[in-house]
Parts: sequence; C-alpha cells; structure tokens
Amino acid sequence: MTENKGSGTTTKPPKKSAKERVEELEQELKDSQVWKSVFRHKLDDTPRNRSLAVLSNVFLHLHPARINRDAVRYNFTWGMGGITFYLFVVLTLTGVLLMFYYHPSKVQAFRDILYIMNDVPFGNVLRNMHRWAAHAMVITTWLHMMRVFMTGSYKPPREFNWVIGVQLLLFTMLLSFTGYLLPDDQLGFWAVTVGTNMARATPFLGHEGPFAPELGINAFNDVRFALLGGSIVDANALLRAYIWHCIAIPIIASVLMIVHFWRVRKDGAISGPSPVMLASEVKPPKKR
Amino acid sequence: MTEDNIQDATAVPEAAIKPQKPKPRLKTDDELEKVADRARQQRRKFVSRSMTGFFVLLLLAFMRFFFPRTLFEPKTKFKIGPPGDYDFGVDTRWQSKHRIWVIRNAEGLAVLLAKCTHLGCTPDWKEQENKFKCPCHGSGYTPEGVNFEGPAPRPLDRCHVELDPEGQIVVNSIQLYRWDHRYDPGAILKV
Repeated sequence: MTENKGSGTTTKPPKKSAKERVEELEQELKDSQVWKSVFRHKLDDTPRNRSLAVLSNVFLHLHPARINRDAVRYNFTWGMGGITFYLFVVLTLTGVLLMFYYHPSKVQAFRDILYIMNDVPFGNVLRNMHRWAAHAMVITTWLHMMRVFMTGSYKPPREFNWVIGVQLLLFTMLLSFTGYLLPDDQLGFWAVTVGTNMARATPFLGHEGPFAPELGINAFNDVRFALLGGSIVDANALLRAYIWHCIAIPIIASVLMIVHFWRVRKDGAISGPSPVMLASEVKPPKKR
Repeated sequence: MTEDNIQDATAVPEAAIKPQKPKPRLKTDDELEKVADRARQQRRKFVSRSMTGFFVLLLLAFMRFFFPRTLFEPKTKFKIGPPGDYDFGVDTRWQSKHRIWVIRNAEGLAVLLAKCTHLGCTPDWKEQENKFKCPCHGSGYTPEGVNFEGPAPRPLDRCHVELDPEGQIVVNSIQLYRWDHRYDPGAILKV
C-alpha cells in the first residue's frame, strides 16, 4: 500500500454492466456460508457432482445415481407413474390451501366454495387446479396401469407391486368420490345418496341385502350407517367424507406409494426391454 | 483496364490489387468445445433464473391468497339509543352485545371499550366496590376507566360517539381515543 501513484489521482475500476453485477451477486450468494451449508456440493459438471446432486438430496435419493439409458425412453414408460405422483403432490398442495377457507359443515360448505371462487385472491385458480388435477390423476393412473400391463411389468419379480398398484387405484377412486361430496351441492349430495344406497344392498353388511334380518342388521347398524355416520345423508356424512378425503386416505395412499416406489427399485429398477449395446461398446472376450 | 486484353508481363495481377477477404479458418476442436460450453452455461442460467422468477411470483401469490376480499364480522358502528336512556354512573346493558360500557357524569356521556389494556380480556363492573376488575390478571380501573391496580399499563380506551339527526347515540368501536384525548370532540358527548 506504499505504492506511489504518480499522478496523485486514483484510477476507477471499469464500470460494470448490469449483467455482470447480477452474475457477481449470484456468485457471492453461492460463496456464502448460508448457501454452502444448505447445498453441500458444488455445481460444476463433473461425474462426481452429478452423482452427489441426486445422492445427497433427500427428495431424490431414492432415484438410482445411474440408470440404464433405455430407462428414460418415454415411448416405453410413458412417464405416467411419475406424472401421477406429480399430480398427487399438486392436489395435496392445492388441497391444503383450499382447506384454509372451507368449513365441513352443512351450513357453510356450499357457501365456502362460492367464497373461494369469488372473494379469495387466486381462489378460483386453486379450486380449478384442484379439480383438473383430480380428473387428470384418475386418467394418468389408468394409463399407467395400461402401460404396465402392456409391457408385462407385472410378471415376477414385480407381481406384488402390481397388487399395491391396484390398491392405489382403488384409493385414487375413493379420493375422487369423497372429494366430490365436499362442495355439498346437488351433484355431490345425490352422488353420495346413490353410492351409499348401493351399500345398503350388500349381503350380510347392508340392511336391505340378503341375510340381513337373520343377523339383526337394520338401518342403524349396517355398513351404510358406518359410512354416513347416520341413517340419513346429513352433517355427519359431510364431516366423515372430509376426514377420509383430507387425512385418512392420503395417509394410507402415501404409505402404499412408499412401498410402491421402493419395490420399483428393489425389483430391478424400472422395467424395460433388454438394453441395447452399441457395437463400439462391445468389449472383446477375455483371452484365457 | 478492362480493354487491356494483352497480357503484360509486368502487369500486377488484379487479384493482388483488390483487397481480399481473409479465408475463414476452421475452428479447432477445443474452440468448438468452448463455444458449446458457453451455450450450455447460458441456457442453464436462463432456465434457472426463469424458475427462480417463477417461484418468487408464486410466493407473492401465495401470500396474497391469505387476505380475502370480504369478511363477515360483526358491525363496528351501531346505535345505542338517546342520551336520555342513561343515568349518571356506569351502564353495562351493552357489555355482552357490543363490548362497551356507557358512563355518564357531570362532564358528559362517554363510551368505554370493555377491553383490558393489559392483554385484552373483558373486565367486570363491580358495583359494590365501584371499580372495573379484570378476571384474567387482576387489573383494576376507576369508574372513569383509569388503571389503578394490577398489570394494566394505561387507562381504558373510549369509543367514538356522535349524535345522529334523530338524537340517537352512534358508537364506532373501531375508532378509539386514549386517556389523554378523552376530551376530543368525538370522544365525549356533552349532554
């Protein structure tokens, strides 16, 4: 610092353009301790960093660090399983936000939907996202099942995963059904009426089914009563549908999904046709 | 020069006189790799900045979502009858419905908000002991609302009062006056 600048004036550094300043700020952010404590690996493109990006991330670490090149062929997998899971996440997030403005009571439910659509900022966007994601999730679940069937990915060792998948299908349909009732509009009310009236005709369990009188089953102790929380479609039915829809079934479905994804990895990764080898990759046989 | 068809051994060929564009040199592998790298970097930056911008907007929308445009809460402006309905002293008839006490003395008629200045409970008027007493932590107030015992930091607030054309008292329990403003025109009715 004892340098003697002959002219007596200090030289200014060249003016930085806005773009350079943005890049400098970004670099400062990435050098900060806060950033490094969260993202513990660098971002330059080395094979080690590529592996670390997946392996050191709790949300991604179920993914294998490397996959067979053909595993990402969308013509083969359609990606429908992943899309279904993505839609489930969208439904959960939009659903939680909708819960902030919905009361599961006969007096308020219908009014709350109107409130969400008209008085809540972005309420109409969220409600419609929830509705469309629900329709799309049912469709993608079916497409996923179709793909799994047509690629024979239900054959050993994957038979159990198929069974889990069928259960997931069942719970997807139940989520749709219970969610349908929550606006307490004419559509929902009569849907639950028809659905539970079918339940009352079940053998042994329904009060209008075979063997009901012999077992003492009546309208106050059959399976329809259990579903509705009463003998009529009223406030109890709405509350039960709400709890099934928002808590019970999502928990069960999440557990099943955990098992389902785990089994995909453990049963030999995503199923695919036998991998293709390029001529350049064929190694000469070892000389004995 | 163009009519000069005879080749002159000393003539300078046209090619030498006309300035020529330098022939483009082929890029080496290394240079191509650098160009591709730069392109990759710029693409990556564009995508990551767009995603960041999107999530910032999403965060703003998320925060706006929690403030609905209409509310269904009780009215804060209401009528409580003419001043003639109220004797000198403390009147508690509106304590349940509107959370106010009407006090009347020689200075005039005022409306106290029945909210303890400590942490917001509703005190009781103790007729025998001639004081307001808060059941939560024991704050005590004089009949005019001055805090004299317990943890209350300041006297009770007063609501805005005015007379409507028919002579009814109109109270606004959202517009409040503190003790040092108790003689402001809207804080007391001179009746």
